[in-house]
Amino acid sequence: MQSVNDADFDSVIASDTPCLIDFWAPWCGPCKAIGPVVEALADEYKGRATIYKMNVDDNPATPGKFGIRAIPTLILFKSGEKVDQITGAVGKAQLIDLIEKAL
Amino acid sequence: MHHTLIIVGGGPAGLTAGLYAARARMDHLLIEKGAEGGQVLLTDWIDNYPGFPEGISGFELAERMTAQAKRFELNSMFGNVVSMDLSAPLKRLELDNGDSLSCNALIICTGARPRALGVPGEKEFVGKGVSYCATCDAPFYRNLHVAVVGGGNTAIQEAGHLTKFADKVTVIHRRDELRATKIVQEKAFANKKIDFIWNSTVTGIEGKDGVEQLRLLDTSGKESTLNVEGIFVLIGVLPNNEMLPLTDLKADEGGFIPTDCETRTAIPGVMAAGDIRSKEVRQVVNAAGEGATAVLAAENYLTNLS
Repeated sequence: MQSVNDADFDSVIASDTPCLIDFWAPWCGPCKAIGPVVEALADEYKGRATIYKMNVDDNPATPGKFGIRAIPTLILFKSGEKVDQITGAVGKAQLIDLIEKAL
Repeated sequence: MHHTLIIVGGGPAGLTAGLYAARARMDHLLIEKGAEGGQVLLTDWIDNYPGFPEGISGFELAERMTAQAKRFELNSMFGNVVSMDLSAPLKRLELDNGDSLSCNALIICTGARPRALGVPGEKEFVGKGVSYCATCDAPFYRNLHVAVVGGGNTAIQEAGHLTKFADKVTVIHRRDELRATKIVQEKAFANKKIDFIWNSTVTGIEGKDGVEQLRLLDTSGKESTLNVEGIFVLIGVLPNNEMLPLTDLKADEGGFIPTDCETRTAIPGVMAAGDIRSKEVRQVVNAAGEGATAVLAAENYLTNLS
């Protein structure tokens, strides 16, 4: 799965292909818990939606801009616009529902 | 796919069961829906698991338990069990991807998850000031004022963790004394950044883009408000039981699964270990012990079958 940072964030989300950003940190247990689910979805949606990870420790600007106060938070974007977001170690079905909102 | 023994859940109970099953060379499978570790991953620091005199982070303990089980060739998979048919000796499990699995003996280690307050504003502000995991979210509250709701070990210990980041931590508890272990209480009372609001409950969470204030009600019926930027809800757990046949397992009122002292449930060949068990004490060390007991109970059951 690809990573995105503060510098290339705007160009990444500008894509017509929906993209889901997984905001995480290495010290966050639930982020680790949701990791395998997100990885699996990145494969399943290949070509239709792109999934990126953003480490909030290394990239404070973007989480600040979106008012993120909890991780894991996953935000779905299409053509530069935020479609929806979800917080917490939710199940695969809930993540699929989220991605489908932009397809 | 069929296995002699299936373990559902990869927290401390499931991982210990996996370790014992692997070492017993049983034909086994452990199914975990996220990452191994379970709720341990939500815990900042564990000082009461024996063998770690300096304490250990929840994260590292989970990794070590996983590595130990894998050293003995733990057979594990990533999957989400959505239903179980335990009415026949051959037990059947359905996964969310449509796969089905069967086993002769089953150990349920599905654990528990944090309980929500259930007050107006709570759902709306999840991730915007409402949190159930201080370990995950504390760094977002640098130099801010946050509230912790609860009076048990988790609440009081995590209040201490929050003071590493927040300016001020206000513990709101519905009684006039804490339930947390004495040493945890002593630390909290000595921490200048922590103050307490006793005999009070949170009745609402308000704000615009994020949490700004809490509505409180005390036991005398007096209402008040408290301005905070965050609220950490640490008021106990709910069982992860959605995939279980609760009637057949004779679940208790709270939805937890009763067992005998060998972890055997009401259904022959089905054991329950860890936080999903109906019990008073939910500690990592119990969960691990119960996981070991459950494998030995499974072995006994399987021996008597053949």
